[in-house]
Amino acid sequence: MTRETLDRQIHHIQDEVLLLGSMVEQAMLKSVDALKRRDLKASRTLYEEDALINEKRFAIENAILILIATQQPMARDLRSLAAMLEVITELERMGDYAKGIGKVNIRLGDHTIPIPYREIDLMADLAVSMLHRSLSAFINEDAGQASAIPLEDDKVDDLYNHVTRSLVNAMIANPENIDAANLLMWVAHNLERMADRVTNICERTVFIATGELLELESNDDDLDDDRE
Amino acid sequence: MVTMSMSPNQDYAIEARDLSFYYGSFRAVKNVHLKVVPRQITAIIGPSGCGKSTVLRAFNRMNDFVPTAHIDGSILFHGKNIYDPDVDPVQIRRLIGMVFQKPNPFPKSIYDNIVWGAKINGFRGNQDDLVEETLRKAALWDEVKDNLKKSALALSGGQQQRLCIARALAVQPEIILMDEPCSALDPIATLKIEDLMRELSKTITIIIVTHNMQQAARASDQTAFFTMDEDRAGLMVEFGATQQIFTNPKDKRTEDYITGRFG
Repeated sequence: MTRETLDRQIHHIQDEVLLLGSMVEQAMLKSVDALKRRDLKASRTLYEEDALINEKRFAIENAILILIATQQPMARDLRSLAAMLEVITELERMGDYAKGIGKVNIRLGDHTIPIPYREIDLMADLAVSMLHRSLSAFINEDAGQASAIPLEDDKVDDLYNHVTRSLVNAMIANPENIDAANLLMWVAHNLERMADRVTNICERTVFIATGELLELESNDDDLDDDRE
Repeated sequence: MVTMSMSPNQDYAIEARDLSFYYGSFRAVKNVHLKVVPRQITAIIGPSGCGKSTVLRAFNRMNDFVPTAHIDGSILFHGKNIYDPDVDPVQIRRLIGMVFQKPNPFPKSIYDNIVWGAKINGFRGNQDDLVEETLRKAALWDEVKDNLKKSALALSGGQQQRLCIARALAVQPEIILMDEPCSALDPIATLKIEDLMRELSKTITIIIVTHNMQQAARASDQTAFFTMDEDRAGLMVEFGATQQIFTNPKDKRTEDYITGRFG
């Protein structure tokens, strides 16, 4: 076998993608935890973490472009690198969602609106778990596992609907809650979008394994207006 | 002589049908089935010794000059096996021209390089027009138009190779075979030849053997991957659209070769 240099560099980039993924997972869990504890200081640190996520994303993108230019990868190698370019974009956006949740916490200030913590917590756990497993399937090029993960998106959507309903009820009960409830809608929205983006990662795994660019089923094809 | 005219419904420019090729008792290539798409560029790639040049040369009976060489199977051109006894190999080589690895212009002027083969093949038209038209097609006219009487050997390697392509074009072939046409050229001259191939493929069929996979990926529409079997006979593993071969090959041997994990 030849191409040790290419193999070594692809493995290195895969490690970096996993590292970026774990930074995003940590940021997301931290953002929800800070909201739960109403810890504004912790939320502020998410800005710095997001800057590190962005930096890491650009570093990986650069490394991939250099590798394509210098090693001329083909077939599966090329698909893998092209897929990683897509995946790091998804991860970077998820990092923005975590920062967005931090921003909501800061803007809520000392507002006393009842927050549906249980559902938000569950959404975050599910989305992070889906992300974690999607990255594992991605690195292992496991199309079977990747195809199964998007089906879990239904659960996230159910929780999203639940949170939305309870926030609407809070607005009806007390119009002074409207601004705060509106902000909290964004928290649920960001978590729901994160799970959607996991589906995109899974699609890239199927692409690496089979060469086919397929849209995976997630039963969530409506209200897709902000899907990039 | 057999008359050959392209039928409008023909879906291939030339077809190797169960082609095996022997040098004496050694089978160098076995059981190749390859339908070359008309007016496209087909690249043949594969490791050294896989028989790709042998197959290329079989397409215009260039191997006739190797005393022990013979074939099994057939090569169909306009529905006729070019190895049939009633086929004139000289006529075949006019319709199916060849460009070699090393530029090999005649030691004559640029002008004479173009008109010589055409005259032998019975060209009776205006030679000046033929020279200009052919050199323009080969993207060489602007560089040599003021020096047509200059020796072809004074040209650069890239210009010589384009002159050889022009010389092949002068006899109005339907197919041009190219055996590593850029291996002696620098990258800029190589890209010029590739651009030229693309332009020419609007009207003629090109089959190119190349060791340069990037070239095959860049310049061809179809790619055939050849390798060697355990008995050292070359065989065709996979043939398909170049985009598919280089992004998602079906056969593991193709994948291993084009990702550089062969051997």
